[in-house]
Amino acid sequence: MTGDGALLWGLLALPVVSGAALAVGGRRAARMAAPLSVTAAAGTLALGAIAAALRPVTSAALFAGVRAGFAVDGLSAVLVLTVTAVTVAVLVFAAGDIEPAESRGRFFGLMLLFAGAMLVTVTATTLPVLLVGFEAMGAASWALIGFWWGERRRVEAGTTAFVTTRAADLGLYLAAGAAVAGGAGSLRLDTLAHLPAPWLGVATAGVVVAAFGKSAQLPFSFWLSRAMEGPSPVSALLHSATMVAAGAYLLLRLHPLLVASGWGEPVVAWTGAATAVVLGLVAVAQRDLKQLLAASTCAQVGFMVLAAGTGGVAAGTEQLVAHAATKSLLFLAAGAWLAALGTKQLGALAGAARRYRLVGLAFTAGALALAGLPPLSLWASKDAVLAGAFARDPALYGVGLAGAVISVIYSIRAIRIVWLPVPDDAEAGYDTERRGTRRAGWLLVAPLLVLGVGAIGFGVFALHPVSAAVADMVAGAEAASPSWAIGLSTGLTLVAAAAAWRWDVTARLPTPAAGALLGWLGLQAAAGNVVGRPVLRLAAALADFDDAILDRAVRAVGAGALGLARLAARVGEVGVDDVVGAVAAGAKQLGVVARRPQTGLVHQYYAQAAIAVAALVALIVVVR
Amino acid sequence: MLSLITFFPAVAAIILAVVPKGRPGRFFLRAWVAVAAIEMALVVALWVAYDPRAGYQLTESLPWIPSAGVGYHVGVDGISLPLLAMTAALFLACAVYSLRETRRPRAYVCLFLGLQTVCTGVFVALDLIVFFVFFDLSIVAMYFLIAGWGHGEAAKDAALKFFLYTFVGSVVLLLGFIGLFLASSPHTFDIVALTKADPLAGRGLYAGVVLLALGIGFAIKTPTVPFHTWLPPAHTEAPAAGSAILAGVLLKLGTYGFVRIAMPLLPGAWRRFALVFIILGALSAVYGALVALAQRDFKRMIAYTSVNHMGFVVLGIGAAGVLAGTDAQARTLAVTGAVTQMVSHGLITGALFLLSGVLWDRTGSYDIEAHSGLAGPAPAFAGLTAVAAFASIGIPGFSGFVAEFQIFAGSLGSQVAATAVAVSSIVITAALFLRALQRMLAGPLRLPKTPSGVGRFADLTPREAAAVVPLLVASAAIGVAPRWLLDVIEPAARNLVHLVGG
Repeated sequence: MTGDGALLWGLLALPVVSGAALAVGGRRAARMAAPLSVTAAAGTLALGAIAAALRPVTSAALFAGVRAGFAVDGLSAVLVLTVTAVTVAVLVFAAGDIEPAESRGRFFGLMLLFAGAMLVTVTATTLPVLLVGFEAMGAASWALIGFWWGERRRVEAGTTAFVTTRAADLGLYLAAGAAVAGGAGSLRLDTLAHLPAPWLGVATAGVVVAAFGKSAQLPFSFWLSRAMEGPSPVSALLHSATMVAAGAYLLLRLHPLLVASGWGEPVVAWTGAATAVVLGLVAVAQRDLKQLLAASTCAQVGFMVLAAGTGGVAAGTEQLVAHAATKSLLFLAAGAWLAALGTKQLGALAGAARRYRLVGLAFTAGALALAGLPPLSLWASKDAVLAGAFARDPALYGVGLAGAVISVIYSIRAIRIVWLPVPDDAEAGYDTERRGTRRAGWLLVAPLLVLGVGAIGFGVFALHPVSAAVADMVAGAEAASPSWAIGLSTGLTLVAAAAAWRWDVTARLPTPAAGALLGWLGLQAAAGNVVGRPVLRLAAALADFDDAILDRAVRAVGAGALGLARLAARVGEVGVDDVVGAVAAGAKQLGVVARRPQTGLVHQYYAQAAIAVAALVALIVVVR
Repeated sequence: MLSLITFFPAVAAIILAVVPKGRPGRFFLRAWVAVAAIEMALVVALWVAYDPRAGYQLTESLPWIPSAGVGYHVGVDGISLPLLAMTAALFLACAVYSLRETRRPRAYVCLFLGLQTVCTGVFVALDLIVFFVFFDLSIVAMYFLIAGWGHGEAAKDAALKFFLYTFVGSVVLLLGFIGLFLASSPHTFDIVALTKADPLAGRGLYAGVVLLALGIGFAIKTPTVPFHTWLPPAHTEAPAAGSAILAGVLLKLGTYGFVRIAMPLLPGAWRRFALVFIILGALSAVYGALVALAQRDFKRMIAYTSVNHMGFVVLGIGAAGVLAGTDAQARTLAVTGAVTQMVSHGLITGALFLLSGVLWDRTGSYDIEAHSGLAGPAPAFAGLTAVAAFASIGIPGFSGFVAEFQIFAGSLGSQVAATAVAVSSIVITAALFLRALQRMLAGPLRLPKTPSGVGRFADLTPREAAAVVPLLVASAAIGVAPRWLLDVIEPAARNLVHLVGG
């Protein structure tokens, strides 16, 4: 194995192997789980940094004609660094958040596996190994969301997340089948765009559906709402650099496929734009901080998807990185308050930033970035995305701009609430979800500060040399915004921020629109009604059919055979017996007849013998 | 070597059957573990000696009934060797699991040992009559296991149904074998000779009728929809180790028959009727998954997922018969995946049935709704059950993914709609397993009120863990680094694809 290969395999194996070991280590592993996992994640980050510099490529035999290929190219390098850096920060936070009495081995082990699966996804160069990462990530998300299994609804939320994303993952299985059928038997990702029709269309559709599912784009968004049942570090990792990012990454990676199909780009772009607007509105209506952040994740990932659909690979990558830093920060801040105050209800969090100022400051920095205010990270990346959209279709630009304005509203609203004066009866709203510790230790705060640097610092994407370097790295075109567009979006953002700041945060939105938005537009109920319930009904009907008809038919055959046997016993046996009886009676009769010649008179015997001889002679004559 | 592997358990069974009375039951159970371990070691040695590039190996050929063209002919290739290994592993796991069996241990052990001989015999047989004798004897041994050690009166009923139904399949199968025999010239039952001669090439109706007979015979054993209704009661009523062998090994006798006999001996007919098998496979996959979704009984649910998993196998081998729109690579993928699926299903479902045996042992119930929160008192049980469930739904990292990915990727080109329908069933199995897990393992602790329930749920004992863990480790070893297995299967699969490709 070359050094190249060893580096790459090491990068993937370190989190996966250490994670698996911790997860199955049981109680013995629990005590050391947190420091061990942070060490493993830091080691992975170091390996990732080396890999980003060396750009290793490797592969191994997998199936007939298919190799398991991995490589770190420019796009992968960006993703690898993002994933590993966020993982380290989140695990440090988790070391302070997950109680020592809980199954720490299982938690930290699964987190490493989860991150490892994402690394497999972003370094894969062939479809089967990409799917390995995709699906393993989903399975790990089930176990992490349902980590507190004592409450069944949390496990149910994990099931919702897993089944929904897996249903979408079917697309990748179909894409693999289409690639084999279309002659791209190597299943290399870079060959998919050259498939002939109709397989090109099948592969594109499969990839797009899989990406939408993982990225919680419309109409799959609901699973992300349920995923909030998991511990805060899980949300922070799942919503930033992994899972939802995997879908966006897939679309950025396979952008040539979208182009080749003809229809892929517009479908992806419009779905992303629509999600940015609709889920942004959902975020505005939320009363729970984590739900607000979850909806905003869908919306922000929508910009990445919009970028993938408008040729903005570089812009989408910038958006992914900036959002990863920002959103992990926000979720960890929400988690810090949840740990300290025992609530994540927005109403109860009034003044939370005043009670824990460092957390509050970090949260504010993150939320300002989320709002897209200059010169912070998401301001830079979102403008790049919108520039690409404008070049493609002004209507897309308009929808995207609306999405950007909405993100200002929900972000500023959250900031307003946490900086309100602490109400006198604040304690009454605390400890509704868990017992708060009333403190935010350095393990919880330190990662926030580091991530805050990223959320602010990635504003450098707005600088031409930086954005050109990113474009060069991911082999995409740098998006150049017309200056009036930057002015327009910046101006609108500032106006919206000012308006949102003045908006009375305690005001209720007009029902029933607010109700629909609060409930994520009933997407989950709709999925249940359209897919879940009919499938269950069909299953019950088929089970009845199986027992009542199919099995009864088999039993009827058995019973029929038994009946035939009885019939045979009654009719047949009697008949045979009669025949036997008749034979016996006949023999008896014959006996009687045969006794008759035996008269005892010699002359009669003589006559009989003569007749017999004559008959024999006659027989011989005839037969001859 | 092969005869040794095949008959060693039977010889051991005979010896155990005649040792004088007075020995404790433990003696027999431990002897079984020892025999199964030696058997496993022999198979490992066989694996090491096996050369993946050559065809049938370690063949032995003796005249048996030469006047009828019957010979004792055995051998292994890349399709039978993995199944042989899986069989040895599963019997060893069942032996370890059964160490605390208290009901008539001598007869129990002797039946299992005899069963191991006949199962092994089917996989090494290269003569149709040898195959048939072993194939048929498997029913007899399993009948007594279900009837004698199952859960009460219902077990006798289930055993009888199992016996009669699969016996009918055997009879039809024998007719098919005789059809092959009569068509060959000189008359022979030798599989290798029949493969070479292809006696039914170009004989449309005759070949179709013979394939129909073989198809029905193997489809009952596999089982595919609509011939599967013997399976749920047999599985549900059998003792845990019996269910594990029934699902893990006996079902494979059917699918193995397809790849060993039906495909190479009737390549023309297979190509002509490939679509039937594709549709039957897809139908079984989705039907099995849907009916499993509606079950309330944990063991019965697993039984129906077997119908689903075996459906994938039939889909894959059916796709190998469609030449239009596919190339040799796609067909090789499909067949390799199908064989991998046989091995994978044996390991994973074997583990699941042993775990359901633990459930029965603790509470005397399989009712999903009646259990809740088992993860609290039994974390190891919960963890292993969750792992086995995820393995069963084809999560990467376990053998099921390696199998199913290849089947789907290789089959789509031959029949898009059927394959797409079959693929969709992996979401249904995911839903049903996760639903069962969240009901039984999560939430507050609640146990069913049954006579044998003792009000608490003890975690896995070391013995139970030692039976289940190796099966899942083997599945993970295939899932993480599949080449050690695929290097054996692929050449044989390629060869089969070549034969069927005409």
